[in-house]
Amino acid sequence: MWYHNIVILITYMRRVKMKLITVAGPPSSGKTSVILKLIECMNMPKGSIGVVKFDCLTSFDNLRYIEADIPIETGFSGKICPDHYFVSNIEDAVHWGVQSGFDMLITESAGLCNRCSPYIKGILSVCVIDNLSGINTPRKIGPMLRFADVIVVTKGDIVSQAEREVFAFNIKQINSSAKLVFVNGITGQGTFLLSKYLKQTRDVSTLKDMKLKFTMPAAICSYCTGETKIGESYQMGMMKKMEFKKI
Amino acid sequence: MTTEELMNYINPKSIEEVIATYPIAADFLANFRLDNISKKHPLLQALEEIDEEILNEFGLDRYGVLLKFCSFIQTFTRTEALTTNVSSITIIGGFNKSKEAENIDLTICTGEVISIVGPTGSGKSRLLSDIECLAQGDTPTGRRVLVNGDEVDELQRFEMEGKLVAQLSQNMNFVMDLTVREFLEMHAKSRLTPNIDEVVEKCFKCANDLAGEKFLENTKLTQLSGGQSRALMIADTAYISKSPIVLIDEIENAGIDRRQAIEFLAKKEKIILVSTHDPLLAISADKRIVIKNGGIHKIIEISDAEKQSLTAIEELDNTLMMLRSRLRAGEIITEDLLK
Repeated sequence: MWYHNIVILITYMRRVKMKLITVAGPPSSGKTSVILKLIECMNMPKGSIGVVKFDCLTSFDNLRYIEADIPIETGFSGKICPDHYFVSNIEDAVHWGVQSGFDMLITESAGLCNRCSPYIKGILSVCVIDNLSGINTPRKIGPMLRFADVIVVTKGDIVSQAEREVFAFNIKQINSSAKLVFVNGITGQGTFLLSKYLKQTRDVSTLKDMKLKFTMPAAICSYCTGETKIGESYQMGMMKKMEFKKI
Repeated sequence: MTTEELMNYINPKSIEEVIATYPIAADFLANFRLDNISKKHPLLQALEEIDEEILNEFGLDRYGVLLKFCSFIQTFTRTEALTTNVSSITIIGGFNKSKEAENIDLTICTGEVISIVGPTGSGKSRLLSDIECLAQGDTPTGRRVLVNGDEVDELQRFEMEGKLVAQLSQNMNFVMDLTVREFLEMHAKSRLTPNIDEVVEKCFKCANDLAGEKFLENTKLTQLSGGQSRALMIADTAYISKSPIVLIDEIENAGIDRRQAIEFLAKKEKIILVSTHDPLLAISADKRIVIKNGGIHKIIEISDAEKQSLTAIEELDNTLMMLRSRLRAGEIITEDLLK
């Protein structure tokens, strides 16, 4: 019996050692490449960092993680709003990470409707965005950028210095308090500084009772529940109407 | 100014007055779809006209908007002390891939040009990233990089946000759909340059001096040739970018006077590192770092003997340039042109 208690105690001590990092960003911005290079740069024992990938319909990124020998779990939201899916599974993800004895768990999710930010108060939030996505993109993607603690800018090696600077300026306009890190997802340049940030983050054992940084998209209208017909009489629940002015 | 002082300053002032002092404040309002708000009143009062619902969409309440507004202005008025006052960097050796010590202590001052040579995969990018993140013995190479002779603390390293080093390489392109002038103005604005028109003029003229073929202010960026793009990038780095260190990765010969370009950057009080195997560039530099097996193998001071060979190299280079321009003009190349 006492032996069993010690096992629980040891598991518990292991538990509080895990760090959680949430990474979000538009599709194809380089999240997976950045995470892979980051893990390589951190030089931690094999199997001590795990990844949970939240995706929408299909994903092939799990193959890249498997190739790199990184424990990975992938979840597809399918017909559910990807962010509602994230928040209803993140606690289980942390549980999985703790049980697997990870020192660090990284969650990766694509912000699909630009309205969302899968970030939790007190948990380090990283937003990955690329230089090629257009100079006004920082203004368009909203909470995912606005509530990030660290913003990683990728694909800087193929655009001019000036464009990188303008892009960084536009990011600062939207989130003036976040730290900006430039990372080359191919060579890994810049991941060193990023890994330094991550090491400063605190440990977690559970997310129970923690809060999201920003509300999830309101979605309890008839279309959420499978309605496909168009017309006022089919619209029920939470609706927001556009205003069209007379010309 | 601390956030609190700024807050006390801004709170009673009308938005108009705040914008007059801090023109960038107008951007903040546009970012939050508040550009049509009445500017005659102080922010908190003006916000009363706005439906709280709209602010909630941004995850803010009225007071939150004011806080953000102040932190926004603070961010853009903060002086970038570390990156603006760099007069030298010092690289203190770590070790190579075989864990042998580098025994290097190299100080590079503004106006100096250093070339970096070594085969692909020898560790050139490691050196460049050590400089970029101002390594303090904590990177795989164990190198340390000092600024103005002093160690740099963690906070300063994080505050740099990529502003220390400007990079320029053959693979870089312009992706914005803007004319040359619009682009330069936009960049100058983002750097909070006070006299935008003057700087843009100078920069445009310099780019045209460097480029083999001239271009106009209303030429689209995406229509520029490789040489013209490179020329514009160099002029822009010199006049608008504030980064004290410039890393140049192999600029090719085509359509730009590369030696003049580098001399020009050096005159602008920048620290210049050129990764190149072009003999003309490497020998025109002040020193040359040789990279081997992941470490700095040696540092060569350009000797008088090497400098003497420069004339001959220049001749060879001019011959090639002449052949190129003949080809471009549709002429025939014959052997006696090389005599």
